[in-house]
Amino acid sequence: MANKIDEVQVRRVARLSRLDLTEAEVEEFTDQLSAILDYVEKMNELDTEGIEPLAHCLPISNVFRDDCIVESLGTEKTLANAPQRDGEFFKVPKILDEGSGA
Amino acid sequence: MTNVQYKVIVGLEIHVQLCTKSKMFCSCAVEFGAAPNSRVCPVCLGMPGVLPVMNRQAFEYAVLVGLALDCRIPMFTKWDRKSYYYPDLPKNYQISQYDLPLAANGFLEIPLESGGGKKIGIIRAHLEEDAGKNLHTAGNFSQVDLNRTGTPLLEIVTEPDMNSGAEVRALATELQRIVRFLGVSEADMQKGHMRFEPNINLIITKDGAEYRTPIAEIKNLNSFRALERSVNYEVRRQLDEFLETGQVMEMGNKTTRGWDDEQEVSVLQREKEEAHDYRYFPEPDLVPVELTPEWLQQIRSRLCELPLQKQMRYVEQYKLSDYDAGVLTAELSTAEFFDEVVRDGAEPKRVCNLLTQTGLKIANEKGCTINNLGVTPEGIAHLARMVEADTVSSSSSVSIFEVMVETGKGPEVLAEELNLIQKSDAGELERIVDQVLAENPGAVEDVTGGGKKSKKARGFLLGQVMQKTRGQANPKVVSDILDKKLD
Ligand SMILES: [Zn+2]
Repeated sequence: MANKIDEVQVRRVARLSRLDLTEAEVEEFTDQLSAILDYVEKMNELDTEGIEPLAHCLPISNVFRDDCIVESLGTEKTLANAPQRDGEFFKVPKILDEGSGA
Repeated sequence: MTNVQYKVIVGLEIHVQLCTKSKMFCSCAVEFGAAPNSRVCPVCLGMPGVLPVMNRQAFEYAVLVGLALDCRIPMFTKWDRKSYYYPDLPKNYQISQYDLPLAANGFLEIPLESGGGKKIGIIRAHLEEDAGKNLHTAGNFSQVDLNRTGTPLLEIVTEPDMNSGAEVRALATELQRIVRFLGVSEADMQKGHMRFEPNINLIITKDGAEYRTPIAEIKNLNSFRALERSVNYEVRRQLDEFLETGQVMEMGNKTTRGWDDEQEVSVLQREKEEAHDYRYFPEPDLVPVELTPEWLQQIRSRLCELPLQKQMRYVEQYKLSDYDAGVLTAELSTAEFFDEVVRDGAEPKRVCNLLTQTGLKIANEKGCTINNLGVTPEGIAHLARMVEADTVSSSSSVSIFEVMVETGKGPEVLAEELNLIQKSDAGELERIVDQVLAENPGAVEDVTGGGKKSKKARGFLLGQVMQKTRGQANPKVVSDILDKKLD
């Protein structure tokens, strides 16, 4: 059976996800992802006519909290796992493009 | 010679920071200027196993803005993940809303310089979390501060209904007034509470044919001035570029530009080809929100008279100038103070003068709002009525206002203490007028003789009376007496 996904797509998804895959992994994941897609394909056999799409798998909604402040970790604990720090900041490789910011 | 005409088309994306105490999905404080990375928890850090929980206040604030913008508020809304690969949002995605935003299809009316208003369509408004801050240092690395990570942001997207830099600015300032009136954002530009991204292009008519220039989006503008100037700059740049290259809008030739505030130019930003491949998918960690009619009604009940409505009411009902009405409605606290003074029975025009010419001036000097000057609306209403009754002159009312702020005393007490009560007793003033006339026969002759000198001489006599009464005579009464005597 033909693969649902080819190596070009796997490389692209890996790049988008900032994953550095070896050639062997590209091959391996192409097969694996194709198998997963085949499995998901089975769902299409179901008749979903007239069924509302589900936004969440739990049948609940409106889980809120009140707008109250709880003490944060503090700078030291926050930085405890940082691979690198610079004073009170995380230190990361220089960001080259301008795409950051929400 | 070729005939070129063009029309400017601008749509705007606005991010407004909501003024909740805590963040959108965790209980860390939203606090500007705190020590770096001190308002951060495992949720902000995107640690494995953590779960975000929605801040009810942020959701209600967002819906309230949606209502104020006349949006349709769906009874069902949900959350999505948007892929994001910068270190200022460490979990590598941003929680946002994709296909089911909490508000859609509204409009916002902006005041036009030419008078009147214009409705700008609102496509949608949705909630999302802010990223932290990347600080670019001189070295070969960046610093990251995650304090801002997870701050509730309301993103509002307009239709491309604006046709000039001035209109874009008007929309931005109007939105600022609205969110401040609603009390959902401080909308402090200096603190980055409002950020703008205009999408600009031109429809050019050249020799009877119509062309559309490629759309440019300018990123991350955080002042009204930069917003307006960048739009105006972009209009000129696109026109020049079109005339030079003839390039028109096509699929995929939209560009992103940054604004250089010092050089006042927009600069093309290099972006990775896949930068906009956000790969949204439903956020499995958050359940949807379902509004009930009761809950929506409860939120709706918090809507107040919006600033532009108030401004137009002041013009129509109180006959204030549009400018004055705009000044009074620039801030909610001023407008509410004005409303209260007027409710106390003072004449609106008089109150407007007192507040805009004296109250706001003092408040500005003190760096506070008018309701924090230590004077009460009743006190100002009283002062306004004293001016109306000619008990004090309108110039004296300025000094009284100033001393009211300094001392906290009432206007009546101060008018007496400062000897500012006007003498309106016609009998007493008539004696003084007679005395002045007797002392200045030359001036009297000039007045009665008519001609060039008459007006000046009359002014001199009036001045003499004012001097004799140390400025306390009611000039109107004195003037009437002079008319009678010199006729
Ligand atoms: Zn947190």
